[in-house]
Amino acid sequence: MHGWTGKILKVNLTDKTTEELRLPPDVYLRNIGGKGLSGELLLEHFRHSWDDPQMPLAFMTGPLNNTSSPTSGRMTVMSRSPLTGAVCDASVGGKMGTVLKRAGYDGIVMTGKSLDWCGLSISETGVSFGNAAHLTGLPISEIHTQLAADPVMKNGAHAMIGPAAENGVRYAAIVFDGHYFAGRGGLGLVMAEKKLKFISVNGSLKTEVFDRDELKAAQEEIFRLVSASPMLTGDLGITNYGTGALYDLMHSRRMMPTNNFRQTYFEHSPSMNAYAYKKQYDTRKFGCAGCHILCKKVGAKGEIIPEFETMSHFSALVGNSDLDVVVEANRICNEAGMDTISAGVTLATYAEITDQTLSTENFLQLLENIASGQGEGVALGQGALRFATESGQPQVAMVSKGMEFPAYDPRGAQGMALAYATSTRGGCHLRAYPIAHEILRKPVATDRFSLSGKARIIKISEDMNAVVDSLTACKFLFFAASLEEYARALNAVTGMQTSAQELLKLGERIYYRERIMNARNGFAVNDDDIPARFFEESGSSSETILIAPLKRSEFLEERAAYYRIRGLDEQGLPTAEKCAELGLSC
Amino acid sequence: MLKLLIKYEQKLVEHGLCASGTPLVGGVNDVVIWNREDPLSEELEKIIAGLNINSLIFARPVEPFFSILNYLARHSDTEFVPEDTETRTFLHSIPVARSLTATEIIPLLQKRKGCVVAGHGIISFGTVSPEQAFVVFSSIIFSAFVKFFVDHAYAQQVGAPDPEAKKMLPEVLAAYDQFLPGHAEAELVTGDFSNPGDIVRAMIQAGQATVNARMVDSFFGNISYFANDTVYISQTGSSMDELESCIDACPLDDSACTGITASSELLAHRDIYLGGSNRAILHGHPKFSVIMSMLCFEKDCKNRGKCHIKCDKPRFVDDIPVIPGEVGSGPRGLSNTLPPAVQGRRGAIVYGHGVFTVGQKDFRDAYASLAEIEALCRNFYLKIISASN
Ligand code: SF4
Ligand SMILES: [Zn+2]
Ligand SMILES: [Zn+2]
Repeated sequence: MHGWTGKILKVNLTDKTTEELRLPPDVYLRNIGGKGLSGELLLEHFRHSWDDPQMPLAFMTGPLNNTSSPTSGRMTVMSRSPLTGAVCDASVGGKMGTVLKRAGYDGIVMTGKSLDWCGLSISETGVSFGNAAHLTGLPISEIHTQLAADPVMKNGAHAMIGPAAENGVRYAAIVFDGHYFAGRGGLGLVMAEKKLKFISVNGSLKTEVFDRDELKAAQEEIFRLVSASPMLTGDLGITNYGTGALYDLMHSRRMMPTNNFRQTYFEHSPSMNAYAYKKQYDTRKFGCAGCHILCKKVGAKGEIIPEFETMSHFSALVGNSDLDVVVEANRICNEAGMDTISAGVTLATYAEITDQTLSTENFLQLLENIASGQGEGVALGQGALRFATESGQPQVAMVSKGMEFPAYDPRGAQGMALAYATSTRGGCHLRAYPIAHEILRKPVATDRFSLSGKARIIKISEDMNAVVDSLTACKFLFFAASLEEYARALNAVTGMQTSAQELLKLGERIYYRERIMNARNGFAVNDDDIPARFFEESGSSSETILIAPLKRSEFLEERAAYYRIRGLDEQGLPTAEKCAELGLSC
Repeated sequence: MLKLLIKYEQKLVEHGLCASGTPLVGGVNDVVIWNREDPLSEELEKIIAGLNINSLIFARPVEPFFSILNYLARHSDTEFVPEDTETRTFLHSIPVARSLTATEIIPLLQKRKGCVVAGHGIISFGTVSPEQAFVVFSSIIFSAFVKFFVDHAYAQQVGAPDPEAKKMLPEVLAAYDQFLPGHAEAELVTGDFSNPGDIVRAMIQAGQATVNARMVDSFFGNISYFANDTVYISQTGSSMDELESCIDACPLDDSACTGITASSELLAHRDIYLGGSNRAILHGHPKFSVIMSMLCFEKDCKNRGKCHIKCDKPRFVDDIPVIPGEVGSGPRGLSNTLPPAVQGRRGAIVYGHGVFTVGQKDFRDAYASLAEIEALCRNFYLKIISASN
């Protein structure tokens, strides 16, 4: 095969055995890789609880990894979420996707549970298990340094979990190469449950490309669009300012979640924007393997500059107006290996329930306590919904399916309301990302204060992003390029003869399968919802911008339309008819 | 949704691309709705059902565009590939269907954003808004028009013009005259402006005038004004005739990223302002300027085929330089090639793309230059083809 290695490594952590799985070509063609292929392999296991040793944890690359296709360094991590109980996949950057292919594998599927903390080392020459007890309790940077020091793993890639995962935090992340997070939904805790502390991979194999000239032509088309994109490579775009470039826009559109989504405007924002970080920390850029946009920023003294979501939640959401505190809070989360979005929302929930504004000391201390599993940190490590429910006020948790919302208030971009609700992994912006058209005008602008007609747009975007995560490309690229150009790259690498619309059809199937997984675990219409706050309270309007509550009836109408478009019944459950059409078993 | 469908039906007509009452614009959420009833909608709904889209336009363009599309369809196999920037960047190629049937059209639209249906018109679609379908529709017309004239001039030059094209030419030119408005002059407010309200008003007015003069297909093009150490610029993908609330203020020192939605040419505009005394920039896609930029009779040039990025010969149409450069900030980007080219001049033409003109205080001179350059290019074109007759 071109593009794929044709081999997936199955690892059993209970008895420390491995075997190679070789799937027939048509399974690859229907699922591409990443999210799609993981879903295919995990579907039958989705009745296991997240902490059942039989519940697999998958790392999956795609055909474009380890080729010159733009942003081809990413990959998918998938399992069942300890935070939500729903399917949980994360697209992660860094170089693991590339290196795994170099080691000769399209992916790894891990089941079982080790008795003691262990690590997994993979290279072209073999797979070995090691003891990892010496790495427990250490911060991520220290673990990464030690793993990277192994001469056998020179230029290798490393996935690891930190103290947060060891201490049972339900939004613990898996950290790749020290900086890149499979951040959301607690995939780090799944890895901890298996007593797997790290995975190191090295290799030097090449990925076969079907037609190099075609790939070069596709690459040129994609680069041309990237260069033409103000969002990506413009003066104010993410190549210069990181994802934080969005911060000013959220402020000026009055949709920045503030004080646990009780307001949508934070007066200190203008002095806490991406420009402020750039000046204060004298930043430079870095990024994933195979990417020339390089959206990550690091300060002159090595400080990791927070991403947009973190910038926003660690300032406006918790009422902090000190830039250094944002950076320090981000460092605590990074070193502990935990998701900043869930941490931010959980602390904002805590602040609302305890009726206080967190002092900066308190804010940082609570983050430390969550990471180390001490005091109130234990309860807060369970996430916003569990904490709020324990406190008798579940309505205060700003979540969908138990996953905390990122930094876009749905009252300021109403498509986001439906996108949060229908996202298979819960309160996440990345499944449909209507911000692209509602705020960023890509591919063209839509009315951000209307839900009407958004159901189909959300459905198409979910399908598209399912393809992007299966390819496995970077979502940012799709502010500029489209599946039309990526289909060409995919065809060039694999010899397939697919098109943008045929890929969307695969995306539809991949996404529908996740609805099936969730349905099997009891998720239905009531889970496809957002908190009452957004229907009852206004945001922070200005003289010219009205941030009104969402209309419940419109939301319900549009959600019902979404179900019809997606081929779900009125309860949001898969139908035999649609399953048959897509070639899936219900 | 219906409001949007009608909006784009009207735009097709207002922009002179289609005859009143002819465009069919469909929108889909859970059901399909149309701007009007039509027997064709049944077949078109089959097309919609075969694609993951939310809107579709089918319409027959007016003359001369309809004849040109049919000509190109007759002279191509499954698709044709114009070489202008819009094709290069967005369309990639223009597929041709021979019948207005779902079975033939679905496979074409699986791959591309729109197609020509020989003898019928153009079909295009959107995934988030009929605006996309509208943009593709007008881009296809633009690219096809440019290709027709460019191909003809080259064929004429080597003494082998296609007789059919040659025969069509007088009618095509006459119909194009009909398409253009009677006079291109516009009454624009006088500057200089410093109050943001005045600036925005002047920009809206100049944008509208440029569209009215048919010097840009509304979606493309951009416009900016420089005052208060700030570049006021139209947003990316904004329509030049709908600039209200689509203008970003971008401070020179980058102290806010609000302008992340600003036009991809922000950098080029900024450097033009920093390199001279200009205050206004207008960028349109007048067709004969684009056509002339693509006509080069240099023999055995090593860069032929890569003109749009590699041309290193000083080229001019009269006093106006023709320069290479791709949209945006890449190493071969306009942000590098454009600012030096317009220094001390009234404007420049970008190969295969469009014209940038500058103004000293307001948009009057920039607008006048845009119209003059287009007239100049058209005269030159006519001279070229009659000279080699
Ligand atoms: S590169 Fe320049 S000089 Fe050479 S053929 Fe193209 S336009 Fe003419
Ligand atoms: Zn199982
Ligand atoms: Zn242009």
